[in-house]
This record gives sequence, structure tokens and C-alpha cells, in this order.
Amino acid sequence: MNARSGSSVWLVALMFLLALTGGSRSQGFAGLGTNAEGFSVPRPGQAFRFPADHGPHPDFRIEWWYVTANLQSADGAQFGVQWTLFRSALAPKTEAGWADPQIWMGHAALTTKDRHYSSERLARGGVGQAGVVPEPFSAWIDSWQMKGVQGSSGPLNNLDLTASGKDFGYQLSLSAKGPLVRQGDQGFSVKSAGGQASFYYSQPFYDVSGIVDVAGRAVPVKGKAWLDREWSSQPLAANQTGWDWFSLHLDTGEKIMAFRLRDEKGGYTSGNWISADGQPSALPPGSLELTPLSSVSVGGRDVPVAWRVRIPQRSFDVTTTALNEQAWMPTRTPYWEGPISFQGTASGRGYLEMTGY
Amino acid sequence: MYWAAATALLSHWRRHPVQLATLLLGLALATALWSGVQAINAEARASYGRAASVLDQNRLAQLVERDGDLISADRYALLRRDGWNVSPVIEGDVRFGRERIRLIGIDPLTMPPEGQSVETAEAQDLFDFLSPSGLLIVSPATAERLEGQTAMKLKISGQMPDGAAFADISIADRLLARNGGLSRLVVAPEQALDLGRLDQLAPGLTVRQAGDRPDVAQLTDSFHLNLTAFGFLAFAVGLFIVYAAIGLAFEQRRSTLRTLRALGLSLSAVTVTLMVEILVLALVAGLTGVVIGYGMASLLLPGVAATLRGLYGADVPGTLSLRPEWWATGLGMAIAGTMISSAQSLWRVRNMPLLATAQPRAWARASARSARFQLVAGLLLIAVALTLSFTGKGLAAGFGVLACLLLGAALLLPAILSGFLSIMQGRSSHPLAAWFWADTRQQLPGLSLALMALLLALAANVGVGTMVSSFRLTFVGWLDQRLAAELYVTARDEDEASRLRIWLMDRATTVLPIWNVEGEVLGETLQIYGVANDPTYRDHWPLLRGEKDVWDQIATGRGALVNEQLWRKKGVEIGDQLPLPGGWSVSIVGIYSDYGNPKGQVIIGIDKLAEHYPDVSRLRYGIRASPKAVPALKEQLTGEFRLPSENVVDQASLKQQSRGVFEQTFAVTGALNIFTLAVAGFAMFASLLTLSGIRLPQLAPVWSMGVTRRDLVAFEIARTLALWLATFIAALPVGLALAWVLLSIVNVEAFGWRLPMHVFPADWLQLGLVALAAAGLSILIPLRRLMAVGPSELLRTFANER
Amino acid sequence: MLLSLRNVSKTYATPEGKIEVLKGIDFDLPAAQSVALTGESGSGKSTLLHLVAGLDQPDSGQILVAGRDIAGLGDRGRAAYRRSDVGLIFQQFNLIPSLDVAANISFHARLAGRQDTTWETQLIETLGLTSLMRRYPEQLSGGQQQRVAIARTLAARPALVLADEPTGNLDETTGDTVLGLMLSLTKSSGAALLMVTHSPRLALMLDGSVLLRSGRIA
Repeated sequence: MNARSGSSVWLVALMFLLALTGGSRSQGFAGLGTNAEGFSVPRPGQAFRFPADHGPHPDFRIEWWYVTANLQSADGAQFGVQWTLFRSALAPKTEAGWADPQIWMGHAALTTKDRHYSSERLARGGVGQAGVVPEPFSAWIDSWQMKGVQGSSGPLNNLDLTASGKDFGYQLSLSAKGPLVRQGDQGFSVKSAGGQASFYYSQPFYDVSGIVDVAGRAVPVKGKAWLDREWSSQPLAANQTGWDWFSLHLDTGEKIMAFRLRDEKGGYTSGNWISADGQPSALPPGSLELTPLSSVSVGGRDVPVAWRVRIPQRSFDVTTTALNEQAWMPTRTPYWEGPISFQGTASGRGYLEMTGY
Repeated sequence: MYWAAATALLSHWRRHPVQLATLLLGLALATALWSGVQAINAEARASYGRAASVLDQNRLAQLVERDGDLISADRYALLRRDGWNVSPVIEGDVRFGRERIRLIGIDPLTMPPEGQSVETAEAQDLFDFLSPSGLLIVSPATAERLEGQTAMKLKISGQMPDGAAFADISIADRLLARNGGLSRLVVAPEQALDLGRLDQLAPGLTVRQAGDRPDVAQLTDSFHLNLTAFGFLAFAVGLFIVYAAIGLAFEQRRSTLRTLRALGLSLSAVTVTLMVEILVLALVAGLTGVVIGYGMASLLLPGVAATLRGLYGADVPGTLSLRPEWWATGLGMAIAGTMISSAQSLWRVRNMPLLATAQPRAWARASARSARFQLVAGLLLIAVALTLSFTGKGLAAGFGVLACLLLGAALLLPAILSGFLSIMQGRSSHPLAAWFWADTRQQLPGLSLALMALLLALAANVGVGTMVSSFRLTFVGWLDQRLAAELYVTARDEDEASRLRIWLMDRATTVLPIWNVEGEVLGETLQIYGVANDPTYRDHWPLLRGEKDVWDQIATGRGALVNEQLWRKKGVEIGDQLPLPGGWSVSIVGIYSDYGNPKGQVIIGIDKLAEHYPDVSRLRYGIRASPKAVPALKEQLTGEFRLPSENVVDQASLKQQSRGVFEQTFAVTGALNIFTLAVAGFAMFASLLTLSGIRLPQLAPVWSMGVTRRDLVAFEIARTLALWLATFIAALPVGLALAWVLLSIVNVEAFGWRLPMHVFPADWLQLGLVALAAAGLSILIPLRRLMAVGPSELLRTFANER
Repeated sequence: MLLSLRNVSKTYATPEGKIEVLKGIDFDLPAAQSVALTGESGSGKSTLLHLVAGLDQPDSGQILVAGRDIAGLGDRGRAAYRRSDVGLIFQQFNLIPSLDVAANISFHARLAGRQDTTWETQLIETLGLTSLMRRYPEQLSGGQQQRVAIARTLAARPALVLADEPTGNLDETTGDTVLGLMLSLTKSSGAALLMVTHSPRLALMLDGSVLLRSGRIA
């Protein structure tokens, strides 16, 4: 990783490695992978308690509020939008003021066919610069925010989502057309054969309308969005080097979440088939094939931007195409994140995230 | 052809090694002083610049609270949430054991890359940096000072200025007990376009633009200007030497040049050869000078550093690095100076008629014309100096007056001396006396440059000496007033402080709190002190002016005192309302002198201080006790209370320390003074040596008419001494004028205080004696030459050829 | 006899070895007489003149001036002798550059303590210097400078005037005029004149002449 120098680079690198790859690169930070420091560990069979679980869990090491949206303007142009708020704890507690060990990071991106805009923010908790409040729901860092609309039926059912960077921005309204979906086993999502896991739920049923600002031009858009909520203290095994993660909106109204955690062998693959009315069916390891088809050079690395996604038991076999193969997040820890479309036995749009390349 | 010509011309130096040495040494000395001073300045400036960019992030704009308050964390969050890309800083002085450190707490998460000058390259460092136990990033020297004084982890960075530490903002918040309050916000260069208006969003905040010169650089400007002025003076004096030596060398080589021309060497070839020769000489001497300058600066720098620390609180390392900005300019000055000094000689060579016989007297007549020009120019400069001293404002005007005064006086000197000699000649009845004065006058053009140099050096000595002595006299008296308490005690924490207060109640006459807070007043960060209502202040405090009931007003909290610096710099007057941090104000009732402090200062009643700034640290106390009881009290405090001895300081040692700082301040000035005088002495020596070469034809006729060589030598001595004496006498008023300008104009601008001028004739006598000794030395070698001249040499001047 | 040389010898040390310039000179000059000292270059005539002038000392022999041997005088004694007894006129005019013409003319007389303004005025008028009194030597022509030198020498009324090629730097016409003035004024002042010249023509204008050859009187 050719990280720029400067102190915050390393902090971000560290957080991101923990959050997204957690693998070999984090081995240098001895002791952080264990729970000897008093962080809580996800265990199966613990039911979510809402709305409290929409808010932060400071006793867990990492957590995120992650929105991706596939959007389209009136003239048919495609857009992708990402809004992410990460939380990373240096200690399993909160404190008022500057001494708060909770550290926040925001990533925002807007992808068009030709361009990929992105921005990054960092903040520490305790002073109000960033944070999440479960009810009325509000998640923010600096001027970016994801805010529950007053009077809606559930805290996450109607959201206003805004972010802006140097030459892009967006103001979107999200409206849920289906229920929250618990990933894994009732929200307990296993990430490796060794049993590493996270708490994970999603809201994949948002209809979106709003405006994206592309280099000073406001474009009205409509589309679909997907929110992921995940928290853990030790999400990945030591030998895992990165992951490939898919969220797919099928034209039928069904949704698929699929991921592969790469290691020196075949990796760990898992996912969820979500029916149009929100009923999840786990796709256990082995039931899902994710095959890279072709790579392009992005950000100086070879990144597979076309994939074959196959779920034999569902007779599902599609090929994904990136809207913009150069959807590289040149953040302090870089990764690929962008909108895709897919054709085959089914068609639709979705998002692909690839880390650790 | 060039080589043959060069060999012929260069052989001159082989035959005149002393002349060559004079030239090289003169130029090397001048370059050394110049580049030495520049090296010191460059080092200090680099250090300020580094401190400013590293510690103050001064390459970025900043937001500060207009009335000097802290900025609340809420306000910071509000600005961030509105899209402002700003980063918080908490800074202040913090004490680790015995060491006082400037602590800068930053937030590495939001600090823009332009503000992050110090890298923490290891991830482990960042964890430590953010960890609650804390990490301090410090310079190697600071790390050494902090050794064993703190439990915090230290990380050494070569980019850190001495005496300062970076820490995470949470650490600074805790150590400085700021409760989240921020000193300032750094504004990132990259900002969103649709930002809310600052005055609506955060009324009270004001933008301090990027690139503002660091405070300390502004504070020390005058000090460095002083040094530069000295360096330049010395350089100018040194050029006189070069001018004299080159002039003589050209004069003596006229016949060689003529022969070369007659042999067919073109004029341009001769000129080019001579220019190359001068260039080589300049390079050799310049390089030597830079090396000597480096050595000199290395010797002086620790003193300068101590001065800057003592006087301005500016941290400058005591070691020197080789920076191109001074050695290159030093070399450049050497070459340019040599070229200027030799321009006249080169010009003469170009215009030299091929067949004219040598006329060493011709330029004497030419100098009569230039003497008139000098007289006019000198009078004009003095007039400008006078005008400027009454109408000018600011440091630049002060130095303008100095420059005009010195240059004008130097230019007038030959005319004044000539007039004096002419009067003396007219009053002499004996033919030898008349000849003595006439001959002295005739020598003036050849010596005037050296005499001007001498005048400058002597005047500078008298002027600076008068200033320093005046300052010393005032300062010592002021110290006696200011340090009235017999003992000064600093407790280690509040708890100890309250026990100390109770303990002292039975043992001391009075316990005076010395509490202060730092805050921004009238746009300047300064100290606000609280004083108790006590006769100690009424009787001793050095008030410059004030209303009758000053101390009653202070005691009741209605009034405040400001120091002279604040009064002059901000133009506040008695009766003005002074806005203080926290949004209250108080009326100014008096002004006190506060020498040695570069900053403004405010004094209010102790009750008001505690009321408005409840967090004020209550650790320092002045103790009034009978002087006889002081040693025992001191013993008890360090013994029973186990206070570290540096926390218990008696009046005498405090005074001694203060005087130490004072003496240090002017040690460098004194050293430069001596150097300048030495260069001037050398200039005199060089000129006399030059003249002694053309003296024989002037002395031979007198000798032939019956004056012994011994008498001639006596005349030569008398002549030199008379010129020295006359110059010395002329230097006195110039020096006193210089002192006046320094005390009344330059010091006020530079330090913010004005001192009364005292005159010290005994010092002049001493200087006169030193000058006399130098005169004696300078004439020694030329005289030895004259003594050694045999009759045959004198006779040769009568011979047909010479 | 005003001037008597008895067996005067002089040797100079040069890088090429010792040169015996004068080899036992015997010579007499009566008062108020003028004698030309002639000879080729290097015959020793200038050296002889310098010895008589008290500018240098002989290795051996006696130089009697008015009966007093000046060869044995010390530095101070010879200076006093030069001041009061002799006057020198050289080819290089040797005026004092820092003094004006008036001061130059009276300088030697005042130094000798016998300034005679009437005589001085007469000299100045005769030599045609009246209009030049405020000038400095460097502002004068060669002929003018030599006339000032003559005036200065004679104004001091020395008993013995010594001249070394006094017209050597002047053109013939000017030289003859100057020489004529010098001879007549020396005569009228009553001084004896010993003049070195290599010119037989000029030598004829004096009362007598002595020829020097290889350090001996021929």
C-alpha cells in the first residue's frame, strides 16, 4: 500500500484494514485482533433491539452505516451513490469531549459512466462533529448526514441523505418499500470458517428520488438504494486478505447479498437471497460461486470488474458489468466501490465492493 | 598573451606580500563580519519560520475569538456541520517537572495536510498519540530536557522546534484544563463553495489570514536589523581597506601596465586580465571570510540564542547550519564590494594615456573636487537625518536617521579635518609647524577613507556604549523597584498552595499572590496579572504615570494597569476602557515600565482576576519577610515543605538572573563593536602602509634642507595621533547623537520602551585609550619602514630616474 | 678657502659587488667662486656633490667647509649643516608639495632662522615669480618649479650653493635662462657655487671647472 505519509493516513489505514480486510495487513498491530481489551464479541441468538440498535455500539470495535444507491436521470443516464459512516473505537467506551475514544470516518461517492467522484471525512466523537442518534434517527459527520424524516412509521423508513465533496454532491430522499432484513442467522453473520462474525442487518428496499450535483450541474434522479448496518469487534480471520461484496436489486423485486472473503485458499463465500416481500434465505458457504471474469488496471492495481455470479440451487447465473470500471475510492485506504448491472438468468442493478487489491 | 601579461602583473604581489595580505585580510574580515551576522540572522529566521509553520500552522488561515476567549467545542462542531473544513488547536504553556514547554494539541483527524508538518510514520506512534496516556512529539533537545520529568511517551522529531511539543488535542485539553475550549481553528485551504457566513454562524470569530509573520519574528525584527546594521557597517569599513590596497597596487603597476601596452597588449586585454585578477582575489578572500564568518557566528550564536530566549522567548538552536542564503550572499558581497572598490582604479587604467609620466599627485587634485561634493552630500544627509528624526515614524525611520547621520558625519569628516588643519597651519609661526599641518592636510585624501571608517567605528562604540550603559543604569534601578518581595515561592499544586498560604501566615509579614492568566487583549496574546491590595505595590511598583488613587482603583476592581509596551503599541491612554477576555472591560488607570518583556501586560485587582478567571492557577507567591529571616525561611520551605529548590527563589538570586539575561543581551553587541573597531584599526593600518610607499618623495626635500630622520619620524607619529585624536573628538557628538536615536527612536520601536539617556565620559576615555593604542599599532610598521630608510634611498628621490 | 676636500673616498655596496665611486679626491673651492663639476655618467660627480651637501658620508677623508670637517658629523650635526650652510638645487626640483610657492621660497630661510623679506622680494621679482606665489608646485611648469627652487635656496643665503644638473629637465632655451638667473643671483648673494653638469657648454659659463674621471680628478 503506497500510503501517503502523515499521521491520519495511518489511522485511517488501520481503521479500514480492521473494518474491511482485517487480514494479514493488520497483523502488525499486535493485540488489536483479540478481545483482551474489553470489547464485546458478536454471539448468535441475540435478538436486535430497535430502535436502539440503529445507533452506535461503542463497546464493539467497529461499526458502519452504509448506503449504496443505483440511480437514473430522466434521460436514462445511470448514477451510483455511496454514503458511508464508519465508527472505530480505540477503547470500548464513550467520553464527553475531546477524550472520546470513538473515531468516525465518512466516505461519499458519486459515480457516472465517465467519472467517479469521492470524498472522505474524519472526526472524533464527544464534541458533536460526528455521531449517530437512534431516534429520531440521525447519522452525521460534518455536513454530511442521513436523517430520519419526522412522522415516518419507523426510524429508518424515510431518510434524507446528503453529502458533498469538492466537485459533487447529492440530496436524496429514501423511502423503504419493504421490511428490515436480518442477514446470516437472525442477524449473526459468520465471516469465516473459524467463526469470525458480525451483527448485520440491511434495508434493501429503498425507493430513491432526489438530486445529484455533478460538477455544478443539478440532475434530478430516481432509483433504488440499499442500507447495510454492521458491527463487530473482530470481523475477519487473520489469513483473510480482502473481500468482494455484491448487493443486487433483481428486476423481479428480489434482492441478493453475496460476499466472498478471500484467503490463500478458496476463500469463504456466503450470502442471502431475499424475496420481494423481504423474507431472507441464507446462501450457505458452497452454495454460491463468485468468479472474476476480467480485470482492468484501476488505481495502479489489477481489479476484477466483471464477474460471474452463480447460485446453482436457484438456477441463478448472471454476468455483472460495471457502470464505470474506474470506480476507485482513492481514499487513504483505497478500494473499489461502484454501481453494476447484470444480465443472464436474471437482470437488474446493484453495487460491487472490492477491497484488499 | 594573457598569461604573459598576467605573469607580469601578478609578479607585483610577489614583491609586495604585505600589500597582498592587507588586501586579502581586509576583504576577508569584512566578509567574515557580514556573513557571520547574516548566518546568525538566517539561523534565527529559519528557526522562527519553522516554529511558525510547524507550531502555528501559519501557512493556513486561522479562526480566533475576537475578544481572546477560547472557542467552545460546540462552536467547532457547528462550523464543521455547516461544512467548514476547520481543525481545532489547543495550546498553552505546561510544566513538566522543572521544564516549561509550549504544548500544542492538535487533532490529527481533521488537521489538513498543510498543517501537519511533523510526521508520525509508525502506526504504533499514532495509537500512542491518540491514546489516553499520551505521546509528546518533541525535538531531540527538548526530549533531553524532559528526560525524567514526565511519564508520557516521547517521540523525537528533527522537525520540531526546541521548547515545544505536539500532543493529541485530548491530552492538551486535559493538561491545560481547558474543558474542551479551543485556542484557535486552522482553516483548510480546500473549502466547500456554499459555506454559511461566518458572522452569522459564529459571531465573535475572526479570521487571521495565512502567511502572517510569526509574532516572534516580528518581535525580534529589530534585533536582527541591529545585527545587520552592524554587519553592514563592518563590511563598509572593510571595503575602505580593499579600496586603499587596490588603489595602491594599481598605482604602483602603472609603469608595468604602460610597458605591457607599449608591447602591444590591447587595452581590453589589460582590463580583462586585471578584472580576472581582482575576481580571483575577491573569491579567495571571500571564501576565507565566509569560513571565518562561520567560525565567528558559531562562537556568537549561543550568546545570541540566549539573548533571544531571554528577551523574546524565541527558541533558536545554539548550533549553526551552512545555509546558502548567507554564505552565498557573503561571497556575493565580497565580489561586488571588491568590484566597486576597484572600479575607480580600473577606470583610471582604461583612461591612462600611453606615454604620460607617472603623476602620483594628480589624483590629489581630483580629490579636491570630490571633497566639495562630499561636503555638500554630507550636509544634505545630516539635514535629512534631522528632518527624519522629528517627522519620521517607525523602526525604518529610526534606522534611516541612523544611516543618514553616520554617513553624513563620515562624509563631512574630511572637510572638517581639512578646515581644522588649515586653521592650525595659519596659526603656526614656525616653518616646520606650518609644514607639518600643511603636509597632514595634504595626506587627508589618502587617509580620509580610513578616517571615515574610524569615525564610524568610534561613533558606533560611543553610541551603543551609551545606550547599553543607560539601559543598565535604568534597568538595575527598575529591578530594585520591581522585585520588592524578599522570596518567591511556587507550589506544585493547588492543594500544596493552600497549605503553603496557611503555613506562611505565621512566618512571613505578607504573602502576595502572583497569579496570572493568558488571554487575548487588543488582538495580542498577553499575560493578565492580579495584585493584592498591599503597600508593597504602592511603595515600589515602577509607575511611569498614573492617577493619584491608582492602587485604590485597582483594589476595588475599577481600574487596570498596562505596561509601557502595551501603552505604546496599542496607543491606549489612561481613562480608556480595556476589553478583557471573557467579555468584560475595565478602565486603564496607570502605566508601568516593564523592561525585558517583549509583550504587553495587564494588571488588575486579585479579586477581579479570581472572579473572572476562576480557573487561574494559584501557585505562585511573593513573600515579604525581614531580610534576615529569608535564609531560614528558604531552608524550611525546601526542608519541611520539600519544595524543590528551584521553586523557592530569593530576591537576590532573581536579580542576579535578570542581570545575567541583560548582560547576555548586549554581549553580542559588545563583541561586534570590538570587531568593528578592529576592522577600522586595520583600515587605518592599511592606509598608512599605502601612504608610506609614496611618502619618501614628500619627506626627502625637507630632509635635504636639514631636518633629521628622527625628527621626521616624530612628525609622522604626531601626525597620525593628531588625526586619530581629531577623529575621536569628532566621533563623540556623532556617537551621542547615535545613542539618542537608539534610545528615543529605535528602542521604542524595537522593544516598546523608552529609556533616559545617561552620559558616561569615563567610558569615552577608555575608548579613547583603546583607539590610541590601536593608532600606535597601526603606525608601527609604516614607521619602521621609514626608520630603516637609508640616505641612499632618500637620495634616490633626487636622482635622475625614479 | 670655503670648501676643501682632502683624500675623500666613497664605496657603495651593490648586488654586483663593491663599487669604489670616489678614489681619494682633493679639491678646493674659494668663497664666491663658481665651479662646474663635469664628467661622464658614473664618474662620481653626483656622489661627490651629495657628500659635500652632507646628505651622505665619505668612507675616508676630510670635507672642510669654512674650516670645519663635516665628514665626521653625526646625523644631527649634518642636518644642522644642511639647514644653515648649504643650499641644494636638484634636477628633480624637490619642492615641498604641500606648501604653496611663497611658503616653499621662505621655508629654508625660516628654517635657517635668517629670513630677509627684502632679499626674498628681490629674488621673487628677479625670477619672475610674483604672480605665482599662491600656486602649488604641481601647478607649475618645470622652468617655473626650478626658479622656485633657486629662489628658495638663495633666500636662505647659504655660503655654498650646490646644484646637480639644475637644468637637466628643462629645454635648452628655458634652461639657459634659468641658469643665467641662477648664476647672476648666486654671484650677487656672495655665495660659492658647485654645479654638477655633463655639459661642457654650461661648464664654460662658470668661473672654473673640474673634470672627474673614474672617481678621480683628471
